[in-house]
Amino acid sequence: MVHWRWKVCWIMAGKVKWVTDIEKSVLINNFEKRGWIQVAENEDWNFYWMSVQTIRNVFSVETGYRLSDDQIVNHFPNHYELTRKDLMVKNIKRYRKELEKEGSPLAEKDENGKYIYLDFVPVTFMLPADYNLFVEEFRKNPSSTWIMKPCGKAQGKGIFLINKLSQIKKWSRDSKTSSFVSQSSKEAYVISLYINNPLLIGGKKFDLRLYVLVSTYRPLRCYMYKLGFCRFCTVKYTPSTSELDNMFVHLTNVAIQKHGDDYNHIHGGKWTVSNLRLYLESTRGKEVTNKLFDEIHWIIVQSLKAVAPVMNNDKHCFECYGYDIIIDDKLKPWLIEVNASPSLTSSTANDRILKYNLINDTLNIAVPNGEIPDCKWNKSPPKEALGNYEILYDEELAQSDGADRDLRSRSGQSIGLKGNRARDSGKPVLTTWK
Amino acid sequence: MMLEQDTGLSLAIAQIVQRLKGSSLHSQLERQARGSLHKPEIKLESLKEDIKEFLKTSGWEKRLQNAVYSELNVFPSPCHPAAPPEHMKEPLVYMRKAQGSWEKRILKSLNSMCTELSIPLARKRPIREQKELLNKWNEMGTDEPDLSLFRPVYAPKDFLEVLMNLRNPNYENGDQPSFKNHLGLIQVPLKVKDIPELRDYFSELGLNTGQLGIDDSTQVPPELFENEHVRVGQTVLTEQDSAAAQQYVRQGCPTALRAELWALILNISNQPEDILYYEQLKSNVIQHDLLVDSLIYKDVKLTASNDDYYFVFEDYLYQVLLCFSRDTSVLEHFSYNSATPPKSYIRGKLGVEEYAVFYPPNGVIPFHGFSMYVAPLCFLYHEPSKLYQIFREMYVRFFFRLHSISSHPSGIVSLCLLFETLLQTHLPQLFYHLREIGAQPLRISFKWMVRAFSGYLATDQLLLLWDRILGYNSLEILAVLAAAVFAFRAVNLMEVTSLAAAEAVLADLSTLKVMPLLQIFLFATVT
Repeated sequence: MVHWRWKVCWIMAGKVKWVTDIEKSVLINNFEKRGWIQVAENEDWNFYWMSVQTIRNVFSVETGYRLSDDQIVNHFPNHYELTRKDLMVKNIKRYRKELEKEGSPLAEKDENGKYIYLDFVPVTFMLPADYNLFVEEFRKNPSSTWIMKPCGKAQGKGIFLINKLSQIKKWSRDSKTSSFVSQSSKEAYVISLYINNPLLIGGKKFDLRLYVLVSTYRPLRCYMYKLGFCRFCTVKYTPSTSELDNMFVHLTNVAIQKHGDDYNHIHGGKWTVSNLRLYLESTRGKEVTNKLFDEIHWIIVQSLKAVAPVMNNDKHCFECYGYDIIIDDKLKPWLIEVNASPSLTSSTANDRILKYNLINDTLNIAVPNGEIPDCKWNKSPPKEALGNYEILYDEELAQSDGADRDLRSRSGQSIGLKGNRARDSGKPVLTTWK
Repeated sequence: MMLEQDTGLSLAIAQIVQRLKGSSLHSQLERQARGSLHKPEIKLESLKEDIKEFLKTSGWEKRLQNAVYSELNVFPSPCHPAAPPEHMKEPLVYMRKAQGSWEKRILKSLNSMCTELSIPLARKRPIREQKELLNKWNEMGTDEPDLSLFRPVYAPKDFLEVLMNLRNPNYENGDQPSFKNHLGLIQVPLKVKDIPELRDYFSELGLNTGQLGIDDSTQVPPELFENEHVRVGQTVLTEQDSAAAQQYVRQGCPTALRAELWALILNISNQPEDILYYEQLKSNVIQHDLLVDSLIYKDVKLTASNDDYYFVFEDYLYQVLLCFSRDTSVLEHFSYNSATPPKSYIRGKLGVEEYAVFYPPNGVIPFHGFSMYVAPLCFLYHEPSKLYQIFREMYVRFFFRLHSISSHPSGIVSLCLLFETLLQTHLPQLFYHLREIGAQPLRISFKWMVRAFSGYLATDQLLLLWDRILGYNSLEILAVLAAAVFAFRAVNLMEVTSLAAAEAVLADLSTLKVMPLLQIFLFATVT
């Protein structure tokens, strides 16, 4: 008997002990496949896949505890610098100003005073803080439509569109009178210029959901998941203001679209990025398609660089982000927002396979070989371990390559966006600006 | 013998001249020639030569060439002048008869649906309804009419039953199956190509020729083939030469050039008059409601709307298919199609020829899966009028053959026979095994071929396959691919013991790479 127990302990000793507070089969199946052992939160664990609520407690001053070297979590302590809409915009604005101050060629502006390479987030203001700035901007272009989003909510909750100042005033009045919470904790909103010329395919609006894994911020090392997808609105897009209230037209979140009558449970309104590429290359040509995808990669890297200095680069952390991007009819991509906990709920069979593989590939990078982690490892997995991830940016590599040269080549006249593109879709391509 | 060939040629020329005389190209050429008279380089003493030279340098000769080439591709070479016209539709009497009785069945089913649901075949829409339809023309997919009572007129498997019962009355099948017998489901003797003949016919797909779909994969440096192939493709497009384009696409189209190359091969230029024609069809749809509209609607909802690749294009499919059903120019293809457009009679005048109209106006009754012929084309063309023309041309050149009974080498009967013969000859063990367990291979592959693999392959692979259909002006590649798929899955198929299990093995073709399969099956298998 004693002997038997000893043996069990010995076997368990080499296995990763995991905890999660998100009961999703795509997670649990992946843990079990690796032979990992589930333990309770208050036991010793090596790997904790947690919600953003939990991460707050783990790293909070009062309740926080010291993580040891063999413990890994799936969020950075202050991920909200990137994943809260107001903070993301704030950080990007600061990043641009800093580059400008340094005289970096990246901060170059065109004749209208717009950044040539860094204008990738729709004009955005915080409300109520920036109300006056917003009004000033609105009056420049009174026919524009704006989208209001609560800073801290996801999945399309609390979002509405406005195209008159009076609507803002009314909202402000209503929220003042109806809420009995103090002014300071009142929910902050961001208001962004609404992209009213989105690229339509089959007459329908869509946005892109791309998965990006960051294993360290300083130096920055990030990976792009090849199997992103487009999310389509089920209702025909119409820019007319009469439809402003019909959220199905404007929002592509599955959480919203699922309640539409036309939601299809076979494909879930999702179209793979490879379909998008095939369609664009067939109808618009190869050069513009390559340029679009290069620019998408560019804005993701820039958004990460913008937050890297303020991010608490805790060595126990990695994070998989859901990037939401909208493409306009001039094939310019716009960064809409970044999600810290992209939905792991599967809407269709294909979706479940995709998300299972996403977690699998993420774990292969974050927890090499499925062995008990050591957070002091150099975090550069071999190519074979990447699965469907591709290296998006590796700061160390770029620096040893001479990063300055790359930056110059991007802003110079001979931008290699089309030049050195050797290969076609789906193939690992190192863009020239990296 | 020489004399006969000469008459054949002059007959073909006469036929093409006759056909082109009525075309808009003819009047355009005339107008150009007349206009050129004012040019200084046109001299009275060498008028004929000068005008010819002018038409050549201004590119009109090329357009005439392309038109002639298109005629040659679409129309069969004329039969003996003494042969009756139905020989051009289908030379074999028993095939014609079989097609005739199949049409009767379809029509009966359509009519009984009409009676059952008590809806007319056609009605004029009230003005209000017309306006409504016009308003939602771009979003017909959002409409959810109750179509639960409608059912597809037929599905591929009903059609297969008909083909299985085809018999040549002049041919003794023999009761005892012997080694020499054809043990498949198709029991009519037609000449189909064997592997050596296929190798010869598809010689550009050989192991020593560069192929898009193989030689553009990650492992192969683009300098070896792809870059040069793209460059040649651009030259072909600059030259605007249909024949060169057709030869070129045998090695596959670069994605970015495909839309234009296909349009060139099909001789579609989307001129203002073509756009106008499409607009007229659209207004016909607005004015009249047809019973087939509901069938089209139902079909799109049952197929493309649920498809991972094509659901995005649902609205385009209505815009193409509803117009197609009104397009009387489609009727022309019945001169070389074994099928005959169904007729309907004005109320109370049943059987009186003067009161007969074709129904639907284009003569084509859609069946389950019909919309999948259009769906892949939506990846290439985003203007509805161009998409429409490309589809119509693809239909009258190729797709009609996949659902009419004929002895044509690209007809569905020949494709089935080719498929079964290839399997029986080259994978005899597999063929007998599947036959023994009641999983006749054709029962599985028939639907792939009827839909030209649309909805079964990933779109990029499907387009590579259709490149070759256009390049060889033949559908035989479909049967070869079907056989190649069985060969590829042979090991797993040898282990199954039921039709359902075999179907499961072959349920998902979306990960297959078409060109390597075809190449291995045709060229790398020892025969």
